[in-house]
Amino acid sequence: MPVDRFPVEAGHIMMFARAVGDPNPVYSDEAYARSTEAAGVIAPPTFVAAAAQFDPDYVMRPRIGEPWMGSGRTPTGWADRPSRTGGGTGLHAEQHYEYVRPLRPGDVLTARSHNGQEWTKQGRRGGRLVFRELVTEYFDPEDRLVLRARSVVVRTEHPVEKEG
Amino acid sequence: MVLKSQDLKVGDVHRAVVADDLTRTQLVQYCGASGDYNPLHSDEIYATAVAGYPSIFAHGMLTMGMAGRMLTDYVGDGRLLTFGGRFKAQVWPGDRLTATATVRELRPDDASVHLDVAVTNDDGLEVFAGYASARIDS
Repeated sequence: MPVDRFPVEAGHIMMFARAVGDPNPVYSDEAYARSTEAAGVIAPPTFVAAAAQFDPDYVMRPRIGEPWMGSGRTPTGWADRPSRTGGGTGLHAEQHYEYVRPLRPGDVLTARSHNGQEWTKQGRRGGRLVFRELVTEYFDPEDRLVLRARSVVVRTEHPVEKEG
Repeated sequence: MVLKSQDLKVGDVHRAVVADDLTRTQLVQYCGASGDYNPLHSDEIYATAVAGYPSIFAHGMLTMGMAGRMLTDYVGDGRLLTFGGRFKAQVWPGDRLTATATVRELRPDDASVHLDVAVTNDDGLEVFAGYASARIDS
């Protein structure tokens, strides 16, 4: 996802490490982390996924004051929209990272994305499956590459009865 | 821990239980930390009544993140060069997940180890299959 400004923050790294169930103090304890090879707090290897927090147009975040697809008074606030369970639903199929260096608190990164390859496959139940690659590169303020991410999302061309 | 090439050989296996009785609360923690609030991962009513799943299920990226813990515990902090893979099956609340790294290749020329990575549930089903590489000491 393209993000103009992804500030890497210590509290965010701590919460992310907790969420993936990783008690390694290198993600939260600056004094400990300084005594290790990492030479300071670093972010866990998949932390860059949390750049979504800083994407103003990220679709999987409720927008203040607008109906949301999840439940409230009714099971979905998007009852008037096309079904989210079948056609057009993107599923995260693959994720790949190339690391130049770990992310650290204080980093302020910029992410630029471009489309990669696209291919199709015949699904067993859902008709044609369309796979699309998105390459996102994260740069520091001096425009040096820090990390390259490649994600593959698969979409079904026709609605499926029910996904596995 | 830092890996040294002299202590490694092709076929070595490192294995860790990265989730035991995965909770819905951990799924919610991951929503909050990652910023991916897709209700399929947090909202039981939406996931069952609207989307037709038996319950909410984990983000693929949570599974990958848990595999990342196994990897960094094995290869050391800040030493990964690559990490990637495919999400093969869904992970559900209550699942017990085991992450495994298997040494596929040692490259003395650039002091790196190349690993096959897998995460399996207690039914033996592979939910994530991928690879990683890391810098090692000679």
